[in-house]
Amino acid sequence: MGDLKRTPLYDIYKKMGAKTIDFGGWELPVQFSGIKEEHQAVRERAGLFDVSHMGEIEVAGAGAEAFLQTLLTNDVSKLKPGDAQYTAMCYEDGGTVDDLIVYKKDADRFLLVVNAANTDKDFEWIRSHAPAAVAVKNASNDYAQLALQGPKAEAILQKLTEERLEDIGFFKFKEPVAVAGVPALVSRTGYTGEDGFEIYLPWAEAPKVWEALLAAGKDDGLLPCGLGARDTLRFEAKLPLYGQELGPDITPLEAGIGFAVKLDKAADFIGKEALAAQKANGIPRKLVGLEMIDKGIPRAHYEVYKDGVKIGVVTTGTQSPTLKKNLGLALVERTAAAIGTEVEVDIRGKRKKAIVVKTPFYKRS
Amino acid sequence: MNVPKHLRYTEEHEWVKVEDNKVKIGITDFAQDELGDIVFVELPEVGDEVTKDEPFGSVESVKTVSELYAPVSGKVVAVNEELADAPELVNESPYEKAWMIEVEPSDISEVDTLLSPEDYEKHIQED
Repeated sequence: MGDLKRTPLYDIYKKMGAKTIDFGGWELPVQFSGIKEEHQAVRERAGLFDVSHMGEIEVAGAGAEAFLQTLLTNDVSKLKPGDAQYTAMCYEDGGTVDDLIVYKKDADRFLLVVNAANTDKDFEWIRSHAPAAVAVKNASNDYAQLALQGPKAEAILQKLTEERLEDIGFFKFKEPVAVAGVPALVSRTGYTGEDGFEIYLPWAEAPKVWEALLAAGKDDGLLPCGLGARDTLRFEAKLPLYGQELGPDITPLEAGIGFAVKLDKAADFIGKEALAAQKANGIPRKLVGLEMIDKGIPRAHYEVYKDGVKIGVVTTGTQSPTLKKNLGLALVERTAAAIGTEVEVDIRGKRKKAIVVKTPFYKRS
Repeated sequence: MNVPKHLRYTEEHEWVKVEDNKVKIGITDFAQDELGDIVFVELPEVGDEVTKDEPFGSVESVKTVSELYAPVSGKVVAVNEELADAPELVNESPYEKAWMIEVEPSDISEVDTLLSPEDYEKHIQED
């Protein structure tokens, strides 16, 4: 794995004995103590993730907002400084370039947080569409990112900062917030289906804050978590993963993130026409939840059949650590998307019965 | 990594234990550690035939699925039914409680073609 990129925490988690894998060109921990244990820690207490591989792109200058309005599917004009927003970015044909979070720092300054493997592609896409007055900078090497997630996240983080965290609402952020003495951007966002924070901080300071958080959360049962638990957590909450639920050939409407597509916003945006047509004509495919009736676990790329005809494909599947059921997300033809529809999943050559169920599989109470 | 001396091994990380002309088959400590939390084990039924180097079942962890390859050819004479309800035994006790199937080999000398503990240890160090 010689050519893989590493985050500033690599030496720490190697020392902790974490198992690492190649994730989109990054050597990252898949687990520390075990996926199930880490998953449960986040659902019941708290977990700490190193997500420094995520891409950060700064967009600034007069007209930055108007420009982003033409590029992003959500309505950026609704944001006030200190607001964050989940959005998609599409091609002309409605296929997805990426899904991302946009942070409005002030009137003319935005931070876009994109998927690691898409960073270069996104930067190129944004830069190539930007007007002369708008500066686009790939700042991914400046920002480390830690995600502190779970019901105890606020109490743990509060030990390390003077800032009143209860004042930071869902999808709001503050900057700078001193966390263990390090200036950071702190937002109440996440990718687990739990309450929690994402903490953006200078690259070199990440180890210090990581250690401080683990120490502060020790009594609350905070565990360091890897990508394995991150994936099962986001899966249960039906948060899409680019490359599985989203891609150049999957529109955000199909992937079930239509709430982030504002076809009625004033500005025209790339892909609007195609998405409006898709909505008017009926969205051809839908992301649904599957629960296995027969034994077996659905996995990404397994084909889905109804009455012997192929109607879709599994995008993610596992045994849900919270619900202990064998579940999958699948992109299927809309005629087979109704809850209660019986389908079959081709599990390594054998057709196994499954049923379309309500999603998200897990919603925090 | 635990590699008991009284067993033979495959490159695909199954172990074999010979007992009275029959063999018990499972997966190694290295394999369970690589896979992580095991959540499902799919095994053949008693009476099924398995073929050397061909898949006879699968073991699934939270994050992935891995096929099981038969170390020898023969007839399945016993299946560890406990694994259906307690797949985590594969993590907890890969060489004892989590044996998977017992096979009556059609040619017991096939066992001699398997890796020795020393060769298997070398194999996992190179992996």
